[in-house]
Amino acid sequence: MSFDQNAFLIILTASIISISCGLLGVFMMLRKMSMTGDAISHAVLPGIVIGFFVSGSQRGLEVIIGAGLLGILATLIINWLKNKAKVQLDASIGITFTLLFAVGIILINMLAYKVDLDQECVLYGEIAYLPIDLWITKAGFSMGPRITYLAVLNLVLVSTFIFLLYKELTLTSFDENFGLVIGLPAGAINLALMSMVSYTTVSSFEAVGAILVVALLVVPPATAFLWTKKLTSLIKLTCTLGIFIAIAGYYMAYLVDSSIAGMMVAVAGVVFLGSALVKSIKPNLLFGTSTSIEPLEN
Amino acid sequence: MSDFVYFFTFQDASIAFVVIGITLLGIGSAYVGTYSFLDKKALLGDAISHAVLPGICLGFMLAGEKNPIYIVTGAFLSGALATFLTSWLKSNTRLSDDAIIASILSIFFGFGVVLLTVIQKSGNPEMAGLNQFIFGNAIAILEEDLYIYGGLAVLIIITLSAFRKEFSMLVFNADFGKSIGYPMGAIRLIFNVLMILAVVIGIQAIGVVLMAALLIAPGAAARFWTDKLGKLLLIAGAFSAVSGIMGTFVSFVIPQMPTGPWVVVFLSLFAFISFLFAPKKGVLSRFIARRYYLKKTNQDHILKAIFHGTEKGQSSFPIEEIYQSFPYKKRETKQTIDDLIKSNLLINNQGFIDFTTEGKSEAKRIVRLHRLWELYLNEYMNIAPDHVHDSAEKLEHILTPELEALLENRLNYPKLDPHQETIPRDNDEL
Repeated sequence: MSFDQNAFLIILTASIISISCGLLGVFMMLRKMSMTGDAISHAVLPGIVIGFFVSGSQRGLEVIIGAGLLGILATLIINWLKNKAKVQLDASIGITFTLLFAVGIILINMLAYKVDLDQECVLYGEIAYLPIDLWITKAGFSMGPRITYLAVLNLVLVSTFIFLLYKELTLTSFDENFGLVIGLPAGAINLALMSMVSYTTVSSFEAVGAILVVALLVVPPATAFLWTKKLTSLIKLTCTLGIFIAIAGYYMAYLVDSSIAGMMVAVAGVVFLGSALVKSIKPNLLFGTSTSIEPLEN
Repeated sequence: MSDFVYFFTFQDASIAFVVIGITLLGIGSAYVGTYSFLDKKALLGDAISHAVLPGICLGFMLAGEKNPIYIVTGAFLSGALATFLTSWLKSNTRLSDDAIIASILSIFFGFGVVLLTVIQKSGNPEMAGLNQFIFGNAIAILEEDLYIYGGLAVLIIITLSAFRKEFSMLVFNADFGKSIGYPMGAIRLIFNVLMILAVVIGIQAIGVVLMAALLIAPGAAARFWTDKLGKLLLIAGAFSAVSGIMGTFVSFVIPQMPTGPWVVVFLSLFAFISFLFAPKKGVLSRFIARRYYLKKTNQDHILKAIFHGTEKGQSSFPIEEIYQSFPYKKRETKQTIDDLIKSNLLINNQGFIDFTTEGKSEAKRIVRLHRLWELYLNEYMNIAPDHVHDSAEKLEHILTPELEALLENRLNYPKLDPHQETIPRDNDEL
């Protein structure tokens, strides 16, 4: 196959997005907050719609601010329900994200004539249009695809965030109480991580959609977790998987002519389930058994 | 308004059908959801509801049209596969629950999206109907669909009611059930099947993304109103049915509005009202109860302090001296003393505080409870006298007159506590 510039751009952008998601996802998984990530990525929807409505375009800073605020709001509501209203954690997550997502869908339908944003686009994105969505400067000079720039910016921010707070993030992920005792603002670090997750969701949703961002957040780290016990190799493996998913997902989607983002997740799923099969402790084909295994010591 | 009358008088038979359908499936999923909420597995419902999407698409591809039987079967099978994978991963890998659920949810949804886009590009004109499964459209439910969905909902409700004992055992203490010889594995299997069925029938009206709300919110909201399982199920069912009907009404009035989001908004409204205002467990009533309790303990402490002074022979209590015995709490102490004066337990005589008759008897009561409890701990629980104070310090605010009488009786109306201090009574001379 000859070199295809569009394919290269799509794969590049998809890899960058999955690496940023994977980096954050590793810490979300270690904090046992994967479902919170899921909740945030659903919950930013009303923020996106409102930002979109205010700014009139997807490029507006308002969209990112709106979504960021909603992501933080979702985290705060979940914490409030859990700590103050004493609702159990899984139910707090379930209620919060469904409510915010529902509000988002209602807003889309109400503003349908004013907002050029349809629910399918928000749900699963369309990375295939990336090469035609160009960033054109005022002088009329084309700088290349806009979403790629967004993804690069996001990756830079996410990796800077993790690089600067690596020690704090690691510590609070494994032992939050110890972190609190030695004086780390664990709550603030948590909130910062959640804001990064919501920002990543927003900056990726056009390409991969709000729900598939979750897959990129959760599945590569979970797969890598099956193979390694060291945090550094966990991160490296997650990034490698992200790139692999992007390449394989693109060509598979090309073959069956389907959504690229969806296919990336499907590939990730196959890798994940395959790894689980290879690394499984014992074959157990009984339906609904729940023998818990020893938790991982770290 | 005329819409309202038209809708709720059921002049249109199809509206009556839709309302019956949404009520049944609302109650069915609220029942299943309440059990899984109590089992602390609420998010499994979320995973299943995302996971039915590939099954729906496959069913659609095989049938070539929106055939309810194909779609229900497909959805059921992929939901079952997701449930199976979740429990398999849990027992065979060291991943945590939430990572497993989030992975399964997004992987299945990803597959679903792939299939959905494949169908989209095949240009099948029935495609529009398929989109309704994502956000739900109760109004679009046809009569023949309703027989299937309604029938399954009734099946769920009947099964859960008939085997209430077995399912509550599963949720509250599965090991106990196993030890007395119940086939807990089979019961869990049936429960999982019911849960998948509830999701499958709900998606047409609510949509795959939001179906989780219909499973989680009613149980979580109802839990704030009662501690009894029977009532819990009834309240959850009622919340769910009412929100379902209201959501359907909205999407009837505004035709392009999907039903699911509105049902979820109404359900969340009920849930948040419950969280905030439910008696006993709501945030507001717990806040009030806490304030009341703090106020009572503060008052008790001041009465006690003055009484201890009286015991030591002190006869006048300047208000400044009382402030000093509660350092750094002057404002709080002043407020409490004002409250006590208002409720006629203390009097302020030119800066000197003294008991009224009621105040003295109340102070004696608190000190008596404190010392009775110390003595009880010492005599009946064999706790050393120097270890009983802390517990008594808490219990003195809560012991009821009935318990007091019981303690007096048990301890045979004692005179002295373990620290050889007199237990004060109303008719002694102090």
